[in-house]
Amino acid sequence: MRRTGPHETAGKATRLVLTAGCLLAVDASFAGATDTRRPPIAIVGDAIPAPLTDTPGDPARGRAIVADRTRGLCLLCHAGPIPEERFQGDLGPDLSGAGSRHTAGQLRLRLVDGRALNPDTIMPSYHRVDPSPRVGAAWRGKPVLEAQEIEDVVAYLATLRDDTREGPAR
Amino acid sequence: MRRLAAAALGAFASLAAVADEIPQAERRSGFDAMSAETRAMQVDDTANPGLLWVQDGADLWTRAPASGRPACAGCHGEAATLRGVAARYPAFDEASGAAIDLQGRINHCRREHQGDPPYGHESRELLALSAYLGFQSRGLPIAPPRDPRLDPARAQGAALFRERIGQLGLSCAACHDDNHGRRLGAATIPQGHPTGYPLYRLEWQGLGSVQRRLRNCMTGMRAEPFAYGSAEFVALERYLMDRAAPLPIETPAVRP
Repeated sequence: MRRTGPHETAGKATRLVLTAGCLLAVDASFAGATDTRRPPIAIVGDAIPAPLTDTPGDPARGRAIVADRTRGLCLLCHAGPIPEERFQGDLGPDLSGAGSRHTAGQLRLRLVDGRALNPDTIMPSYHRVDPSPRVGAAWRGKPVLEAQEIEDVVAYLATLRDDTREGPAR
Repeated sequence: MRRLAAAALGAFASLAAVADEIPQAERRSGFDAMSAETRAMQVDDTANPGLLWVQDGADLWTRAPASGRPACAGCHGEAATLRGVAARYPAFDEASGAAIDLQGRINHCRREHQGDPPYGHESRELLALSAYLGFQSRGLPIAPPRDPRLDPARAQGAALFRERIGQLGLSCAACHDDNHGRRLGAATIPQGHPTGYPLYRLEWQGLGSVQRRLRNCMTGMRAEPFAYGSAEFVALERYLMDRAAPLPIETPAVRP
């Protein structure tokens, strides 16, 4: 879905401008944008092609984040090929085959800010500081996952091909 | 974008809300989705732990407060005369000019008419009395009052229900309007109708108010919960009861 740029929302509420702004190249609400040593997070089409960090993502760490219900929270809403975790949710698509359906860049944008693609999605934006009010004190000003954690999860999801029911990294 | 605009313009949010509401014929109590064992626990008065609080409430109803002023029964008589009250609360409170919920009303009586300090939120006494009053209405359909003075609370409650909050940017509606029946981890998401409060929740191993339940959800959304007794919670309660009508009152319900 194409989103409108900030020039089309000028004059509306600040939150709207911020929301639209993040969908272009840079926005302060992206957690990575505070790191001035790195280039800003760039969305190209429906993807973020460039990794957020210099350290390649680790699929094993990514799998652990996905499985952790207090960290990645993923299995609350998604089923996935992580058989030792019972009680997986079904609000979102099954993560099996995610690496066949999407490129790493597409997975990255869906994790960093899926609401850039679909503002009504229930999927939280994992690596932007959500503009919603009443953020709990423990979470204020923080993204759900840090940049390296995003890279780890992207690396794990990329291993989930349609021809593998079980992700390789345990 | 649309959701943000709606949140910014509360009045419009509440108008938009009506269109998304679950139609009356499709409203279902969380009771229906429970296991047979948990349903059996609720409907059998000798197995429903909430009945212990109801019994405590019956004792408190007739017990004179420390101030020496009349007990609840001294003014109201038999509690059965208050059958139907829990089905229509929250109501408009003339004294404060705002909506008040049943627990707020109990504490108002205690302060103004009994001369005793209000019970604490989630205290054994307040839960017992509100369970006892709710129990009087068990089986009656929720019947929202048509008092237009409650409209501001209704609109505020509807807007809060749809507002995305917390680090995860979720709203009540995102789960309970749009995704009820699906699984969030081990739980089947209910439509979110407060038909049986205060209720016995197995996870709590105790009785709790609807505000305690709402605070649980808000914490899960990584949001700062509203304070017990706040106007926001009373507004949400008013909206939720509108949204639940005409499902029957189940107090004291049992939930997983």
